[in-house]
Amino acid sequence: MFRYLVRRFLQMIMVFIATTLIVYSLMYLTGGDPIQALAGEKPVTDLQRAQLTVKYGLDQPFLVRYWNYLTDLLHLDFGTTLTGRPIKDILLDAWPVTMQLALIAILVTIIFGVTAGVIAGIRRGSIFDNATLVLTLIVIGIPSVVLAPLAQYLFTIQWKLFPTTASGDPTWYELVLPGIVLGSLSVATAMRLTRASVSENLRADFVRTARSKGMPGRRVIGIHVLRNSLIPIVTFLGVELGSLMAGAIVTESVFNVPGVGFQLARGLKTEDTPLVIGIVSVLVIVFLVANLIVDLLYAVLDPRIRYE
Amino acid sequence: MTDIHVTSGKAGPTGGSRHLLEVKDLYVEFHTRDGVARVINGVSYHLDPGETLAVLGESGSGKSVTAQAIMGILDMPPAKIPSGQILYKGENLLAMSEEKRRQVRGKEISMIFQDALSALNPVFPVGWQISETLRTRAGMSRKEGLKRVVELMDLVKIPAAKARVRDYPHQFSGGMRQRVMIAMSLAMEPKVLIADEPTTALDVTVQAQIMDLLGDLRRDMNMGLILITHDLGVVADVADRIAVMYAGRIVEHADVRNVYKHPAHPYTEGLLDSIPRLDSKGTELATIKGLPPNLMRPPTGCAFHPRCKYAKAVCTTETPRSLDLGHGRTSACHFAKEMLDGTLR
Repeated sequence: MFRYLVRRFLQMIMVFIATTLIVYSLMYLTGGDPIQALAGEKPVTDLQRAQLTVKYGLDQPFLVRYWNYLTDLLHLDFGTTLTGRPIKDILLDAWPVTMQLALIAILVTIIFGVTAGVIAGIRRGSIFDNATLVLTLIVIGIPSVVLAPLAQYLFTIQWKLFPTTASGDPTWYELVLPGIVLGSLSVATAMRLTRASVSENLRADFVRTARSKGMPGRRVIGIHVLRNSLIPIVTFLGVELGSLMAGAIVTESVFNVPGVGFQLARGLKTEDTPLVIGIVSVLVIVFLVANLIVDLLYAVLDPRIRYE
Repeated sequence: MTDIHVTSGKAGPTGGSRHLLEVKDLYVEFHTRDGVARVINGVSYHLDPGETLAVLGESGSGKSVTAQAIMGILDMPPAKIPSGQILYKGENLLAMSEEKRRQVRGKEISMIFQDALSALNPVFPVGWQISETLRTRAGMSRKEGLKRVVELMDLVKIPAAKARVRDYPHQFSGGMRQRVMIAMSLAMEPKVLIADEPTTALDVTVQAQIMDLLGDLRRDMNMGLILITHDLGVVADVADRIAVMYAGRIVEHADVRNVYKHPAHPYTEGLLDSIPRLDSKGTELATIKGLPPNLMRPPTGCAFHPRCKYAKAVCTTETPRSLDLGHGRTSACHFAKEMLDGTLR
């Protein structure tokens, strides 16, 4: 287990360096004049330019600049937006909102997707199985740019069940509908995955063994089958939670939820390069950590991984 | 050797059987999209305490399906049991409620499977799996269960049992895994143990060890052992009686020594001839030509006639009945007597 941990951690560091290098190179390659961008429309004198170049280390070679960026990042210094606001403050405001939203979405996924998947897996070919198959296909087929405004129209304007948009400091109630919309996108996948996993494990030899030991049906399914089926499901949910934490650009924009995805969309619209780079860098870290946790969880759930 | 009739089972209301376990005229069919496959066609056999019955046959002969029918672990549908009885201590298992039947599984009749790696649950420690029945059915605490597990693992000769209870199936060798499987099946001290090709997935040397172990346990615990195999060599030392199956029927049933000396069915003879022998070095190994029949469309008459070197006209039209040859010996061949006389050509 210890060796697995070490190996997995070293992997993460390498992926971290590679991804941040790509992000930084992209910023470098977009070209443009960063000093002019900073000054906006105002003219910049040669003296000012020379001073700013030295101040921001723009005279340094690429790798030195990358190193500075990396060390700043590790000191949780993400720089400032073009308007001068520290990106760290923006992230600190946006992240809790996105986390709330992600939590609702993942709960929706587990309650509806996993539960329905287990039932469909046990009763393969039943009416329930076929009905959920059709439903999930429909949901998979609708992109979020359609689903989010549609849900907003129906539930907030037509039936007035939820507030149309979230406020600056949104309450749980305001986040329920965006959370459900966000979650419904992964409900379908979670359901199909759970169904496949459960029905596969139901046919496994160890299920036959458990039955021949005289275990009652609910124990065979509830313990022997589910414990094995959980492995791919937990992996999926972990990765999904990671991407949900990265914010949902479409859903957050439609419902005006001031989360990470919303800020990222704003940064892209106003061409605020430092904001975009700052958020993307943090997203990389969040993603890496989420994946690390999933892999560790995987090792906990599947003893065969642990000892390899 | 004649059958030992031990009256351990009182004559039940349905059977009046004197045997510990008795399969009576069992039929099993599988209903699939392509049609109905009749995989068991009137199988009867019996088992007494402390006795080993070897059920022999090629893949698809129905030997495992019969065992699964006894255990009640056939998936129904697609499987269906249109007629027959399975009497345990005189009570018909097939007429029992599922809940009552579940009580029999593992406690009275237990089963071990061919591939212990897939038959054990990969995500639970072996100690947990062995003690599962003890904890959930015998009401033992975790601690008591663990103590019993170590005893059971010692019984099946797993070295350093105490240190290994927390290990997972994949951490054991093939032979040790099969021993875990055996320990698990013995936890509730069953009266009947069904071993479905217990050594097929193992090395030859390990095969012998497992067979010896099963033989010893059967004797020490006075269990009835049904040994399902396709390997005639394996059964010679362990079995008391042999039932040879072909296409869902028992074609020959006899005391083990009689079968080896004078097979009473051409199929048994074919099986015996295809065992490699040290003294036949250099000569080509005999085989039974052809393939087992498709059970969706079995041949008319005797199911073995297309592969039988003695087949006559009557074999293609009439299904042979099981012929009583005395001393509990039967053969389902029109020419069984001639076979024994050695006059069949």
